[in-house]
Amino acid sequence: MPQVVISGNSAQAYAAKLARVQVVPAYPITPQTTIIEKIADFVASGEMKAQYVKVESEHSAMAAGISAAALGARVYTASSSQGLLLMHELLHWASGARTPIVMGVANRAVAPPLSIWTDHTDTISQRDTGWIQLYAESGQEVVDTVLVAFRVAEHPEILLPAMVAEDGFYLTHTVEPVDVPTQEQADRFLPPRKTSGLLTPGVAGRYGSYIGPDLHMEFRAKVAEAMARVPRIFAMAEEEYRRITKRDHGGPMPLYRCDDADAVLVTMGTATTTARSVVDAMRDKGEKVGLAKLRMFRPFPADQVRELASIVDRIGILDRSFTFGATGAAHTEIAATLYGSPHRPMLRDFIAGLGGRDITPQTVTHMFESLLNGRGPEIEWVGLKRRTEVIGYG
Amino acid sequence: MKSYETVEDLPDGPLAALEAVVNTGSWRTFRPVIDRAACTKCNVCWKFCPDVAISLDGEGFPVVSLEACKGCGICAEECKPGAITLVAEE
Amino acid sequence: MARLTIPEPELMRSGHAACPGCGSTLGMRYLLKGLGSDVVMTIPACCWTVIGLPFPYTVLNVPMLDTAFETTAASMSGLRAAADALGMKDVTVVGWAGDGGTADIGLQALSGMLERRTDGIYVMYDNEAYMNTGIQRSGATPFGAWTTTTPIGVAGRGKAEPKKDIMGIVAAHQPAYAATVNVAFPEDFVKKVQKAKGIHGPRFLHVLAPCPPGWRFPPEKSIDLGRLATDTNMFPLFEIEGTTYKITRKLGKAKPVSEYLKVQGRFAHMTPEEVAELQAQVDARWKRLLALEAIG
Repeated sequence: MPQVVISGNSAQAYAAKLARVQVVPAYPITPQTTIIEKIADFVASGEMKAQYVKVESEHSAMAAGISAAALGARVYTASSSQGLLLMHELLHWASGARTPIVMGVANRAVAPPLSIWTDHTDTISQRDTGWIQLYAESGQEVVDTVLVAFRVAEHPEILLPAMVAEDGFYLTHTVEPVDVPTQEQADRFLPPRKTSGLLTPGVAGRYGSYIGPDLHMEFRAKVAEAMARVPRIFAMAEEEYRRITKRDHGGPMPLYRCDDADAVLVTMGTATTTARSVVDAMRDKGEKVGLAKLRMFRPFPADQVRELASIVDRIGILDRSFTFGATGAAHTEIAATLYGSPHRPMLRDFIAGLGGRDITPQTVTHMFESLLNGRGPEIEWVGLKRRTEVIGYG
Repeated sequence: MKSYETVEDLPDGPLAALEAVVNTGSWRTFRPVIDRAACTKCNVCWKFCPDVAISLDGEGFPVVSLEACKGCGICAEECKPGAITLVAEE
Repeated sequence: MARLTIPEPELMRSGHAACPGCGSTLGMRYLLKGLGSDVVMTIPACCWTVIGLPFPYTVLNVPMLDTAFETTAASMSGLRAAADALGMKDVTVVGWAGDGGTADIGLQALSGMLERRTDGIYVMYDNEAYMNTGIQRSGATPFGAWTTTTPIGVAGRGKAEPKKDIMGIVAAHQPAYAATVNVAFPEDFVKKVQKAKGIHGPRFLHVLAPCPPGWRFPPEKSIDLGRLATDTNMFPLFEIEGTTYKITRKLGKAKPVSEYLKVQGRFAHMTPEEVAELQAQVDARWKRLLALEAIG
């Protein structure tokens, strides 16, 4: 298996190439740009036989992606932040139209003020749109997860679009050694797209349509049912991927040293790497702490969260975004998931790393200590620069 | 003809493929009546019907589909020989 | 028995939900007669969303993709890219959108599609307002016209701005082919469609689609009104290939615009001064069109 030293963005591009993507409608935005530049290079060199559509906005990128997918092509695109937000209307359309587009997202904060640095506000804001949402920690995970995403998205029981997110700059632009699958492995894992039930030239039919109150709810139920089937299909796809490449990344929420932990921190994206090294350092000092990596945000891994709650009493959630008027998204969803559960551990929401603020080992250590000593507010904006006390945020 | 009533009946994606069920004739307040004696078979009425409600029979005379015709009156207006009259529906 | 002057086969069915006398349905009928069935069409939110009937019905004998309001041209680019990737060589990609969805909210996507030379035919059917949502003004609404958002009163005299020159905007992109067509002239309409079909590259058709409820005239007058629009120079018939203009219908002397305005309720409030202002705009535009044609 060839190993290359590449950035997270290059890993996205390699995966799209290996997936034999047929149409790439793309519009640049920092820090996603090197994904679409790499793909442009692949296409220009003849290595990748895709139609590269140089759209004039992200909104048009998603529109072109949907129509291309509706005609039967395999589609990949990428965006970030303001661009992803601009696509919002069409993210709903892509899932409702059951077009299995895969999109790489370079997680980036939203304006104003304009920021090119990372947080998860952009993808968290899309959690209602019916897209499968996956977060990657490493370049290896990016290349593997994008390929798995195609397989899951295109599965006849699913037919939903999927986004694979990576932290802007921290992952998009840092280089690591990555085992890139061979084309032969990718072809074995990902067959050509099956395209029945969509638009066919020469066959009359209208895709999209309009409807009154009589059946709209039933169409939405179909999307809900498809999303509910994702965990099973995802597990199947990752198992098959493991058989072919000998790699898997542990399912929707892999656990690290949680079995006898007094406190566990839930993280998403590259903060996981930092948190893992803090877990090891604290364990060396005799503190029993653990880590749960939230890889899949949609569908939300309720089973895995309830399982975690049954083995640990204190769960901290590192949210790299905030839902104004409520709490951090992962915290909200974990709390909701545990509402009916017999296991009700202490939950703490740690808002950190917004706008690219560095999440250091000190930051993470503080979170674990806060969990272990039980002091501190329910929601804490860690490292926030302020002089006065605040009553609450949510 | 397939009917769509429950979730199970629906296709995966919103693909509509049934032919239109023609009942727009019920919209009419006036219907066109063709005087074959005056008709010169010029085809203008066929040409200008927005509802594809006029077809041409074996002899070349226009025939109005009363299931489709909305009574817009374009055919009567455009008929140069004045072979089409609009008659009020009861 | 007269020979048919336009192709006989119908690719649009009866039973659609258009208003009686709707110009846009004739536009669709003539477009499909000219193109034939090797078409994939994309349609945004507009009158035709509703004319095309709700799920599970369809009224066209060609495959049709609904797309979001402002995205018709981008949707076309996606269809073309997929058709090329999938080896569908003989399919013509067509966009069919209203004036609001093209000249206003859809303008960015249209410009993008033209600039990146998407091989397809964009057809704008122009009923001169946001008709599907209830007759609100668009950029394509003519000067002086009543609409629900340009009502007449002490502080309102209908639309204050001239009609947006969409063909001028398209011309700036040097299309492979662009033309204005009018449902009142079906032979010219179909001929231009057939010509467009035989050309590759980004193509644009501007269809005048008279609208009885929106323009306030009785439905049987749709064709008559269409004729007047062209014969008063309110809607000249011309073609553009690259940068070359050709006017395809020239009367010796155009009729005064007042003849066109007086048969439509949406212009009923206009004073002689306002009519004269509109006439001046129309005359200036016609003069400019003649000059553009003369450049060659």
